[in-house]
Amino acid sequence: MSKTVNKSLFGITLLIFLALLTSGCDLIPGRHMRDQPKLKPLAASTLFDNRRASQIPPANTVPRGEWYEFMSDEPFYTGRQNGEFIDIIPIEVNREVLLRGQERFNIYCSPCHGLVGNGQGMVVQRGFKQPNSFHTDQVRSQPDGYFYDVMTNGFGVMYSYAARVHPEDRWAIVAYIRALQFSQNVPLDSLPTEDRQQIESLVE
Amino acid sequence: MNQIFHPSANVIAKASIGVLIVLVGVLSVFLYFFVRSSWMTGVNISEPQPVPFSHLHHVRQVGLDCRYCHTSVEEAASANIPPTETCMTCHSQIWTDAPMLEPVRVSWRDNVSLEWERLHDLADFVYFNHSIHVNKGIGCETCHGRVDNMALPMKVNTLQMEWCLECHRNPAKYIRPTDEVFTMGYAETVPAGHDPLVEGHELVAQYGIEVGRLDNCSICHR
Ligand code: HEC
Ligand code: HEC
Ligand code: HEC
Ligand code: HEC
Ligand code: HEC
Ligand code: HEC
Repeated sequence: MSKTVNKSLFGITLLIFLALLTSGCDLIPGRHMRDQPKLKPLAASTLFDNRRASQIPPANTVPRGEWYEFMSDEPFYTGRQNGEFIDIIPIEVNREVLLRGQERFNIYCSPCHGLVGNGQGMVVQRGFKQPNSFHTDQVRSQPDGYFYDVMTNGFGVMYSYAARVHPEDRWAIVAYIRALQFSQNVPLDSLPTEDRQQIESLVE
Repeated sequence: MNQIFHPSANVIAKASIGVLIVLVGVLSVFLYFFVRSSWMTGVNISEPQPVPFSHLHHVRQVGLDCRYCHTSVEEAASANIPPTETCMTCHSQIWTDAPMLEPVRVSWRDNVSLEWERLHDLADFVYFNHSIHVNKGIGCETCHGRVDNMALPMKVNTLQMEWCLECHRNPAKYIRPTDEVFTMGYAETVPAGHDPLVEGHELVAQYGIEVGRLDNCSICHR
């Protein structure tokens, strides 16, 4: 009697022990907790012919939410009103926006246009076509919407940055380009007297 | 009654208990190191990729910012691996004949994805999010190492639970100001005689990080 109890007790203990020992194992292939039947961003997938888990929306898809608001605001979203470039930045420009614009410009534009916008960035030094300097009369006289449009749709050999730079950030970059242009072309009499005298003494 | 066992069996029986204990010990130590070995975790091992893309050339020598390619790292869970279009913003004009870049051109021409071999791949039952770490002052370098020195990407940390917890229990050891998150070689820029831990505790307070909560199971297993 007590012998069978002992035996089954031993059996149960062994089972519990084995269960604990193997609980961390992934024994059934394809049913792993580690590898669940869900797709993370940019994973490969057999669901579609092009093997992509993240599909590109079909042309003319109307987005919802934030992007719908953006797209209904034509000057903000396209830089144009009635087909003409707007010559105003349709967001409030303050110190914060300028700093944001500086940060984004340095990430996305400076590799080619250079940190000051003279068109001599690192990639140009390695053989990329040299863009016009932003400090020529021709570029300076372009309306604000023009710069926004170049970022959105590309220009010549320069690709579009629409996928990488948010519309709000594109306008911040326009504001920063204007600040750069001003910094390289400040009218002498707009300077404080002290600075002006210093410059005039240098010129002489 | 005949003796079944020779008297020396007593010694063998006693010794075998000892041997068993030693074996279990050796096995545990072996397993402890085995699961942490680079054979299991893939640390410091690089995989062959469709294109030998070099962070050393693009980050160190050309000076590109991580965000030029890994665009969503500040806003989303995933850092984003750049699409072929990103490579073509430059390689439509430069290195256009390089045989190394043929897969990129084929991908662009035929609209098929480049299939990179993924190195950092957490188990699906773990929740991870880049944006919270990047916005609270944890540098890319802290988790991914000196990417700017890598000709091919590698993992430098195990990404095991104990690694996450080591930091979650005391982030002050690793935190840096948010404008230094993308800096490589940050430790060398800290002035001598400056205690990073003191600044670390200040930053943890400033960024409102509630340390006691960060090792709750439900933070990462949700
Ligand atoms: C990969 C290099 C590269 C990057 C990065 C780049 N550009 Fe360009 N950009 C060019 C080139 C080259 C041209 C001239 C294109 C041509 O003439 O075919 C150009 C032209 C322009 C022009 C028109 C200038 C003119 O002559 O009217 C503007 C404005 C401009 N870029 C703004 C930007 C902004 C803003 C960014 C960042 C979001 C940026 N670019 C990023 C290479 C680049
Ligand atoms: C020119 C674009 C580009 C830039 C800039 C760039 N990366 Fe990458 N990165 C890639 C590509 C493409 C891959 C995938 C290549 C591969 O796996 O060989 C990748 C892969 C990685 C991986 C490995 C992902 C994995 O698990 O396989 C890490 C980590 C990484 N990058 C970090 C960084 C950091 C940190 C920076 C900034 C210092 C940076 N990258 C800058 C393009 C870029
Ligand atoms: C901002 C411009 C830029 C982008 C974007 C870019 N590259 Fe490059 N790439 C360069 C430059 C410049 C060189 C030449 C490096 C040198 O001279 O040291 C280069 C060189 C290369 C080389 C050959 C040299 C070597 O061994 O590194 C390969 C391969 C390459 N790139 C792959 C890629 C891939 C893949 C991508 C997309 C993820 C990419 N590049 C995106 C600018 C870029
Ligand atoms: C707290 C640690 C940590 C920090 C800080 C961090 N990463 Fe990661 N990174 C990870 C982990 C963990 C993964 C694997 C994610 C997964 O498998 O879901 C990863 C994956 C990646 C990948 C592969 C694609 C993806 O998103 O899964 C890239 C690229 C990458 N990181 C780039 C970066 C860059 C660039 C930075 C700095 C801005 C950065 N990481 C900061 C831990 C970190
Ligand atoms: C070097 C330090 C460090 C490492 C390594 C690290 N983390 Fe974190 N993690 C942080 C900090 C700091 C926060 C911000 C906490 C806060 O804001 O209160 C955080 C926040 C998080 C959050 C969001 C918490 C919330 O508020 O809901 C998750 C999820 C997370 N980490 C997962 C992970 C995982 C998974 C790993 C390992 C793969 C990991 N972390 C590795 C420092 C780190
Ligand atoms: C900071 C994030 C984080 C926290 C907090 C966390 N874990 Fe984990 N956990 C992980 C990661 C990452 C892994 C994946 C480890 C691996 O792939 O080796 C993991 C794996 C596991 C596993 C599976 C081990 C395996 O190999 O299958 C278990 C069980 C687990 N965790 C339990 C817990 C429990 C219980 C808690 C609370 C006390 C907890 N975790 C808290 C990040 C975390």
